[in-house]
Amino acid sequence: MRITLHIWRQRNANDAGKMVRYELPNVNHEMSFLEMLDVLNEDLIAKNEEPVAFDHDCREGICGMCGCMVNGMAHGPLPGTTLCQLHMRHFKDGDELYLEPWRAKAFPVVKDLVVDRTAFDRIIAAGGYISVATGSAPDGNAVMVPKEDAERSMDAAACIGCGACVAMCPNAAAALFTGAKIAHLGLLPQGQPERQQRAIAMVAQAKQELFGSCTNMGLCEAVCPKEIKLEVIARMNGDFIRASLSGR
Amino acid sequence: MSAIAINPVHRVVRFYEAPIGKKAIMALTGVILFGYVVAHLLGNLQIFGDPDQINKYAAFLHNPANAGLLWVARSALLLAVGLHILASLQLWKLKNDARPVAYVKKDDAAATYASRTMMWSGPIVAAFVIFHVLHLTVGAVVPLQEIAPNEPNVRANVIAGFSNPLISGFYILAIVLLCTHLYHGLWSMFQSLGFSHPRYTPKLKKGAAIFAILIAIGNCSIPIAVMAGLVK
Repeated sequence: MRITLHIWRQRNANDAGKMVRYELPNVNHEMSFLEMLDVLNEDLIAKNEEPVAFDHDCREGICGMCGCMVNGMAHGPLPGTTLCQLHMRHFKDGDELYLEPWRAKAFPVVKDLVVDRTAFDRIIAAGGYISVATGSAPDGNAVMVPKEDAERSMDAAACIGCGACVAMCPNAAAALFTGAKIAHLGLLPQGQPERQQRAIAMVAQAKQELFGSCTNMGLCEAVCPKEIKLEVIARMNGDFIRASLSGR
Repeated sequence: MSAIAINPVHRVVRFYEAPIGKKAIMALTGVILFGYVVAHLLGNLQIFGDPDQINKYAAFLHNPANAGLLWVARSALLLAVGLHILASLQLWKLKNDARPVAYVKKDDAAATYASRTMMWSGPIVAAFVIFHVLHLTVGAVVPLQEIAPNEPNVRANVIAGFSNPLISGFYILAIVLLCTHLYHGLWSMFQSLGFSHPRYTPKLKKGAAIFAILIAIGNCSIPIAVMAGLVK
């Protein structure tokens, strides 16, 4: 199949960058999206041109490294799928695709489609953990966790931190990411002791990183490759408001 | 010992500095404004009652004995509007700062039209409210008729106003925008204040849509009835 790509090319953080058009006349429909980019890059290298830089690692949809905007949708048109798990059979012969990096003040472009997502790491470092005493491992069933809470916590913990939520959000908010981390820990007994500080610290860090504010549009939920629900944002809001009102 | 460090600022400052705090303020002021929209509509619908019913209601509101209460209500509404607008402008600035480089292509179709246009419907409704107050409260657009001091002839003023298709048109446009704004705001305020549940949230969204449509129908029925000559 024939695919036309318009790819954001930017040499480095200081380069202005522009969209560049590439024609791929022989794309195999069984290729993954990233394999198609690999083929393009092989071509570019053979022509002595700079290959397109894009992030990727596991190519199994579990690491959170890959991702770019495909025709204005983070990770492309297939719901619940990372870019690496998207295959060319989901496109038509003759399709024209616009590939752009995640756009956010907090995610500066490093090169082409690669952005710096360490802002997420700093949000985690602000409170996305529990403090435990080291020593021998605790007894497995010493702390009881209701089944439903364990399931919901696990659903939130499925977040791979890819940044699609920020990229898709018209406000470039990190609410789904931060909410997922807060819900993941706050739903478990081990997360209770620091639940209030965690909400306050992580929310403050997200603001400091210059992420925007959630307006409950739900575009993050629509593109999240792990299908994290908007409910985690409400939970974060509740935790933050409760901590602000009742914290001593 | 916890390793989570919190910036030691006053809790009120910290609350309002956070986008979530501003959204909570927008939700709470939104509730007040929504309540007013409903109360205002119920008052207005009295135009379909006895010819002097709405004027009696207006005389009751304007009774000098109730002036204190009236101004308390007006101040509360003004404060709510002010905070709602202030927070929205600050969040809008945050949004613009958060994405300095726009996408060449962006597909926002997964979000509702109402949620995408809050920053349009809001200011247009605000402009309409200013016009509406100047028109029917202050009397700066056309001179208002009075039966007696503190007894405005609301019925005559409404009929005179809505006989003008431009005023009726602007009114209907503003009401439609208000109701799209309300639709997103009504369910969204629960989310902003921390309530979301897979069983209730879909019902809340449906309820918000029904409420918004009912309010639109109720409000638009008045200019339409006047123009159709049903209210004379």
